[in-house]
Amino acid sequence: MEDFTLMTLLTVFEEIFGRWLFWAMVAVAVIITLGYIYVLVRDRAMSMRKFLLAQLSMPFGGIAAVGFVMMMTNSGFSDIGGPIDWIVLLGVFAAGAVGFAILVYVVQSLMRGKEADI
Amino acid sequence: MIDLQKLATSRRGFMGLAAGGGAAIALGASGQPARAQRTNARILIMGAGAGGAGIANRLAARLDGAQITVLDGRPQHWYQPGFTLIASGLRKADYAISSTEQWLPRGVNYVNEYAAELDPEANRVTTTGGQRIDYDYLIVATGLTLDWDAIEGFDLSMAGPQNGIAAHYASPEHAELSWQALDKFTDEGGIGMFGRPATEMKCAGAPVKICFLGEDIATTKGNRGKCEFIYNAQATNLFGVPVIHHRVRQIMDERNITYRYQHVLKGIDLGAKTATYTTPEGEVSDKWDFINIIPPQRAPQVIRDSGLSWAERWVDQGWIEVDMHTLRHARYANIFGIGDINGVPKGKTAASVKFHIPVVEDHLVSEIAGREGTRRYDGYTSCPLITRIGRAMLVEFDYQDNLTPSFPGVIAPLEELWISWLMKEVALKATYNAMLRGRA
Repeated sequence: MEDFTLMTLLTVFEEIFGRWLFWAMVAVAVIITLGYIYVLVRDRAMSMRKFLLAQLSMPFGGIAAVGFVMMMTNSGFSDIGGPIDWIVLLGVFAAGAVGFAILVYVVQSLMRGKEADI
Repeated sequence: MIDLQKLATSRRGFMGLAAGGGAAIALGASGQPARAQRTNARILIMGAGAGGAGIANRLAARLDGAQITVLDGRPQHWYQPGFTLIASGLRKADYAISSTEQWLPRGVNYVNEYAAELDPEANRVTTTGGQRIDYDYLIVATGLTLDWDAIEGFDLSMAGPQNGIAAHYASPEHAELSWQALDKFTDEGGIGMFGRPATEMKCAGAPVKICFLGEDIATTKGNRGKCEFIYNAQATNLFGVPVIHHRVRQIMDERNITYRYQHVLKGIDLGAKTATYTTPEGEVSDKWDFINIIPPQRAPQVIRDSGLSWAERWVDQGWIEVDMHTLRHARYANIFGIGDINGVPKGKTAASVKFHIPVVEDHLVSEIAGREGTRRYDGYTSCPLITRIGRAMLVEFDYQDNLTPSFPGVIAPLEELWISWLMKEVALKATYNAMLRGRA
């Protein structure tokens, strides 16, 4: 019973996405987060130019996240019914947008290096 | 531990898990489970479905030294809430099939046979293989039987697209055949008959759901104009809970689905493609091109022969006489019921099983520990009432016909919502699986 929470939550998400896809997504998220921390530590500063491009890319991440949820669930925009549906939809969009922005920032930092920002 | 118990079995905790939300995090943060109760009691669980597997796991965790036997002759476990998704073409039959054994905890004695005889006076069950099992405590979780023979002129082998007959309650394979029949009907058009039996039944929302889904599928295909949908209710309502009945009626009106009250399917004539319904005015016969058959539902014969059934209620159905709040048998204190078999006014759903399990667990473990159990079942039942592919109403209610929403003010019970569909399609099976393992 000690692994109650973790096991239950993992069971739910493994079931939702399929075991391999779920763990692949977890691995990707962890790698991107570690990469973000790495470039911040390496550069000792946020680069505003990279941040600008990261922000501009946010809508694409948001749209991709919403599209992914729709694809996985036999549903579409016409099924949005009440306020909670809009909140969930916006939440999915926001999560995708923020995640993608971090990814874009990390990729720029790793590809261009610290100097490219000057 | 008290916090853990409360959260784990609270409605909000359960539905929170179904939503894949943060409730699960709260569950685990509450601390360690109590030390297992030492006992050498012999506990027999009849049935290894949702109720039997779930309580077996809970008791295995709560009791140390108990001899737990699980008796079930079917090697397959069926995820029955998935049958509707299979019958509407969204999943294949294997979506609902797993092995019974995989859900049972280590250390229990699994007997892959059915009960042939149950003698509650002698505390003994004899199996179809002739094995004799004596028990100190018995948990009846057999589920129910579908009385297909009660539909005159019908045989399960008739189900499928060739005859335009659906029987999606029968099995995962029949649910898939039912989809083929529904798919053909919504392609070609004609008259589609839906309805429910006059007995108590499992998931009373399912007959309505498949009707709504058929209508939605025909509309999506652009064939709604050539399909007629007729829903035959057994009573003077479309759903037993008045407020839900009115909402279902409203949706049927909006979508031009014909509904008829007090029409109970008596039989079909496959050659003439007609169905006979019993009504207060006598029998009526109607043509159909597609018909979904859901038969009367009763307790298994071995239970009806055992003397556990109510004597004066549901006499043609045989549900066992348990206290509606403690689920303990009224005449045999060492017998409890979980799930469809219980003779209580509501609750033949997997969601009800979720709420039966902790009640039976509490009363049984408490008794073994020399205490009085305190938990009560209030009739909670939940039904993600699908209204179209992509939308559902998360209706939850209790013995009093009160709506008991898990997220009041957030997820409206009578509103057709995408999030309720997501819960049904995506998260419910995972949560159900966690329940089988005794973890949700």
